[in-house]
Amino acid sequence: MADYVRADEVAIAPEIPEPLPATVSSDRGESLLRRHIDEFLKSPGAVAGLTVLIALALIAVFAPAIAPQNPYDLSKLDIMDNVLKPGERLGSGITAFLGTDDQGRDMLSAIIYGLRISLAVGAISVVIACAIGASVGVLAAYAGGRVESVVMRIVDLQLSFPAILVALVLLAVFGRGVDKVVIALVIVQWAYYARTVRGSALVEKRREYIEAARCLALPKSRVVFRHLLPNCLPPLIVVATVQVAHAIALESTLSFLGVGVPVTEPSLGMLIAHGYNYLLSGKYWISTFPGVALVIAIVAINLVGDRLRDVLNPRLAR
Amino acid sequence: MLVYLIRRLGQSLLVIAVMATLVFVAMFAVGDPVDILASPDADQRERDAIAKRLGLDRPLWEQFGLFVWRALHGDLGRSFVYNVPAVDVILQRLPATLELALTGLVFSIAIGIPLGVLAGLKPYSRLGRGIMSGSILGFSLPNFWIGLMLILLFAVELRLLPAGGRGPVVSVLGIPTAAFSLEGLKHLILPALTLALYKSALVIRIAQAGTREVMLQDYIRFARAKGLSRQRIIFVHVLKNIMIPVVTVLGLELGSMIAFAVVTETVFAYPGMGKLLIDSINRLDRPVIVAYLMMTVVIFVIINLIVDLLYAAIDPRVRLAEAKG
Repeated sequence: MADYVRADEVAIAPEIPEPLPATVSSDRGESLLRRHIDEFLKSPGAVAGLTVLIALALIAVFAPAIAPQNPYDLSKLDIMDNVLKPGERLGSGITAFLGTDDQGRDMLSAIIYGLRISLAVGAISVVIACAIGASVGVLAAYAGGRVESVVMRIVDLQLSFPAILVALVLLAVFGRGVDKVVIALVIVQWAYYARTVRGSALVEKRREYIEAARCLALPKSRVVFRHLLPNCLPPLIVVATVQVAHAIALESTLSFLGVGVPVTEPSLGMLIAHGYNYLLSGKYWISTFPGVALVIAIVAINLVGDRLRDVLNPRLAR
Repeated sequence: MLVYLIRRLGQSLLVIAVMATLVFVAMFAVGDPVDILASPDADQRERDAIAKRLGLDRPLWEQFGLFVWRALHGDLGRSFVYNVPAVDVILQRLPATLELALTGLVFSIAIGIPLGVLAGLKPYSRLGRGIMSGSILGFSLPNFWIGLMLILLFAVELRLLPAGGRGPVVSVLGIPTAAFSLEGLKHLILPALTLALYKSALVIRIAQAGTREVMLQDYIRFARAKGLSRQRIIFVHVLKNIMIPVVTVLGLELGSMIAFAVVTETVFAYPGMGKLLIDSINRLDRPVIVAYLMMTVVIFVIINLIVDLLYAAIDPRVRLAEAKG
């Protein structure tokens, strides 16, 4: 039995993303991770993006402590404060640095709470879609044959329709709701991950360590999820990072179109939609500032994702 | 090739059939249209009469059978709201959307090619890197918000362009169009620009990669050795060669532009098919939603079919692999 465990660990040993022959060292796992981190930190843009992203995430998590006002608490809102310009003072003495909306809600507070919903919807939908898509992709690649071709047909079919249209129809059917938006985003996204993972799994499948694991008569599920899948992760991490930005943009678009999150839980897209009616009369702040927050989040995620692509894919031309 | 064609055609028909079933069943989960159509104080008898008139009182499978039978005869039902065939409602809006999509295509080429070539000629310069980073933004920024900011800048602050709607429509060769008057063009600029943003980013990337590749070719070196001017090399030799992938990709993307128009048309209150879809979803006008989706499915299936057939015609390995499997 003890022999088995050791043999298994030998098989796990190559579970290191993209082993580079030139830089093999004694403690490969540690040094590779550190090298990736060092490499990542070399790009000032990526570091800035990561810093902004962490800051936004913290703001979102601690929204109730940071926001000057609770924008959902109707008793705190005063209709007399409606559509104030940025910098004016609310009746309650708070300065509305970014103005107020038509219900007298401080825009800064609304954006902080909206960021919470937008980031949460983006991150949760990506995690679920990634788990489903990666499992489907790796299983399809390992199974091969008819199973693989049927699964990949479905993936191709789904990817041939634009995500925005599929999500729009799904939400028209499901109705509004944060949970429903997440489900719709998972449905439109899983296929990306399935395709990405399948692509790398097809290559990894033929490597010796998989053969070794199979020779040890390890259960299939163990070979697939403990040996094959971890080695397909680097491209998946890159796709998933960038996809968080796409999911956030998609959610805001759906909410803008009126099929996304409910009015009671306004995401950034919903806030922008609110301001749409006031835009034409020159009251720019209601739509502009939530959009700026959205852009900052998306750009930060893209900077990080771009750098991850360079770091995790040393073979790409740099 | 014939075997491949038949197989591929069969697959396309299967996809359309599956999508038709999905769309039809899904639409039955979308609210009760009687609620919208009946007046709030209508009693049960009036409501039943409306349901009967629309055929909503029959069992689902019977409605589906009738839907398939009629769809095969080119009839996708009557709009609950307009009380005219749903296909007519959509076709009436089609020219506006096509006008928008085509103008968007022109814009994306006009923006994408020069920037892409510029970035491709000097990929490591500050300008080249800047353009490529900008193109990432074009991919990922929320389109609708950019549209709103364009309205804010050009319509509200500068008062140069109208904020929304479509200009006066005149009939040219039997096609109603707004693209032949100054007013109509003015209405077209902002929505088309918004729609073009995403595709411009795509064109920039293709043009940049193409230019980098072409610049290394022997014929460019030869043209240089011959003493041709830089302008002539870029405008004739480079441009001609990068246009092939650009045109291919944009042709493929026409379908997704029509889908994307849903967002742009809503932002600019532009009376096209996309706005119609959103309105129909809000008014629970099932036949129009179903007809729109079916038409879109057919368009996408046809585009995919053409692409696959072209690939198979060019690359024999594709059709050999398919014919076996």
